Amino acid sequence: MSKQLVVETVDLTKAYDGVTVVDKLNLRVEEGEIFGFLGPNGAGKTTTILMLLGLTEPTSGVVRVCGYDSTREPLKVKRITGYIPETVGFYEDLTAEQNLAYTARLNDLAEWLIPDRVGESLDTVGLSTAADQKVGEFSRGMKQRLAIADMLVKMPQIAILDEPTIAIDPEGVNQILDLIKKIAREHNMTIIMSSHQLNQVQRICRRVGIIGKGRMLAEGMVEQLMKDALGGGRFKVEIQLAEVTADIVDRIKQINGVVEVERSGDLLLVGCTQDLRPQIAKAIIAGDGSLIGMKIKSYALEDIYMKYFHEV
Amino acid sequence: MRGLMTVFGKELADDFTSWRFLILFAMVAVAGVFTLYIDSQNILAQAAESNQFIFLKLFTTADETLPGLLQFLNMMAVFFVPIVGIALGFDAINEERNSGTMSRLLSQPIYRDAVINGKFLAGVVTIAIMVTSIVLLVAGVGLRMIGVPPNSEEVIRLMLFLVVTIFYGAFWLGLSILFSIFFRRVATSALASIAVWIFLFFFMPMLAGIVANFMVPLEEAGTEVYLSNLGIQSAVLQVSPVRLYQEAISVILVPGARTLGQTIQILGVGGYRLIPNPLSLDQSLLLVWPHMVSLIALTAVCFAVSYIKFMKEEIRA
Repeated sequence: MSKQLVVETVDLTKAYDGVTVVDKLNLRVEEGEIFGFLGPNGAGKTTTILMLLGLTEPTSGVVRVCGYDSTREPLKVKRITGYIPETVGFYEDLTAEQNLAYTARLNDLAEWLIPDRVGESLDTVGLSTAADQKVGEFSRGMKQRLAIADMLVKMPQIAILDEPTIAIDPEGVNQILDLIKKIAREHNMTIIMSSHQLNQVQRICRRVGIIGKGRMLAEGMVEQLMKDALGGGRFKVEIQLAEVTADIVDRIKQINGVVEVERSGDLLLVGCTQDLRPQIAKAIIAGDGSLIGMKIKSYALEDIYMKYFHEV
Repeated sequence: MRGLMTVFGKELADDFTSWRFLILFAMVAVAGVFTLYIDSQNILAQAAESNQFIFLKLFTTADETLPGLLQFLNMMAVFFVPIVGIALGFDAINEERNSGTMSRLLSQPIYRDAVINGKFLAGVVTIAIMVTSIVLLVAGVGLRMIGVPPNSEEVIRLMLFLVVTIFYGAFWLGLSILFSIFFRRVATSALASIAVWIFLFFFMPMLAGIVANFMVPLEEAGTEVYLSNLGIQSAVLQVSPVRLYQEAISVILVPGARTLGQTIQILGVGGYRLIPNPLSLDQSLLLVWPHMVSLIALTAVCFAVSYIKFMKEEIRA
């Protein structure tokens, strides 16, 4: 492996009163990558994150963040890790600036550095105009951006975001995702983002881990996972014919880019690597078939996800 | 250490700028000045009887027509200090948890105990500043009213009174922080603290009476039976910090008080005035030393339980 491992867990297990929430989880995150941590509610994402930060003790197994054991040296881990909890909160009676300054002080930042650092962070997330506003007046989206600024104040090497886009309107989600991307690039920060919103993870994460019932179901590059999960290619064309003949099936199979053809009743399901509807239509007509309808579906992470969860 | 100081500084600033603090301060100050006014009407008349410790009477004299009710001590200290302590602590931990600031706070590189220590210290300092400034205020106005300056022993006794009062406030603060850790909802923890307060104030004396009557029935009359009944009563009451505090400050502020409990009061006519010579300062201290230790121990127990519970707690986002 060329890049250094930033986060590594070995057989990480957490049980509450005999119920195993995280089960022998092996997670590896490399330096500088944006890692998507996927799973439905209750899969153990938050518990894993809390163990990474040393906020919860694992029942067994090892967590290492930048070489520090999170269980034994939580303070060292917390110094280099920024964390945005799922339900992030601020002191509503304090201004944005005061909230961030408090975080800065808790991180032992020198007093003379604080105003600049806080100003820069607010600038990055586009909240410098609201610096003197009380956080109580902030919208949900603003608070989430403030949470990112709060994380930037300590200049962490790793950022752990727990469901950063939950309960935010589509435009706010875009802003936040762009922001995360930008920060990762500019500060060369490793980012771990948990979510169950697959399309969002897909937009910014190169590598993902899918967790279900506390176990890692799949881990890898998004494209690779798709190939593995969908042997039949990225697109699926659903064709309805008056009558399905072997000739038509053969003709469709011969089209360049068709991976598989599946028959179910009077429906044909064609897996292909790109949108081949025109070619398929031609083939059907050439085969003297009568075409009733044709639909195309593009596969996304969602389908991978569904596939894995059907297996559980 | 820096984490502790940062939390402490922030909490102190929060306490002082909050409406809660202003309201409490106004309430206690008004009560103080009001009782002072009533007291001052009587002091000069009483001054003729004994010419020692006139200044301390500012804090201890009750209006004969409204017995006990408007006494500065009962009004301000015994009654209000618990409210101040509870008000400053009842939402210390659960509010942070509910608003989501706790997990953000604990993901910063500080020891977990810095949070609870900082909050407790800030509360104690707030109580100390509030109580001290009000006592100084009352003393200042009183000085102006009666025109008798305090002597050095009176000043020391007043300072001791302040110290004991701060510990008393710290007990209530510790108790309310304890509840704020155990109960997730702010309303529940506030109610729990107030329930304890009401119990110790109103039901504890009744309970003591019931226990005493059960153990030593008063059916057969006789001084000895009566005395042992009273002894049990006061023993039961001594569990209560309210009682401990009441006894401690009455000895500190009333140099004429020679003993604790009700024994002497029923034997003598007019309570303290049975033996008119006041105790010296060190003798008074000797008398209340166990009370002060018990009060501090109770506070320590509250704080220790909070501490253990908080340190072991799972922090979910």
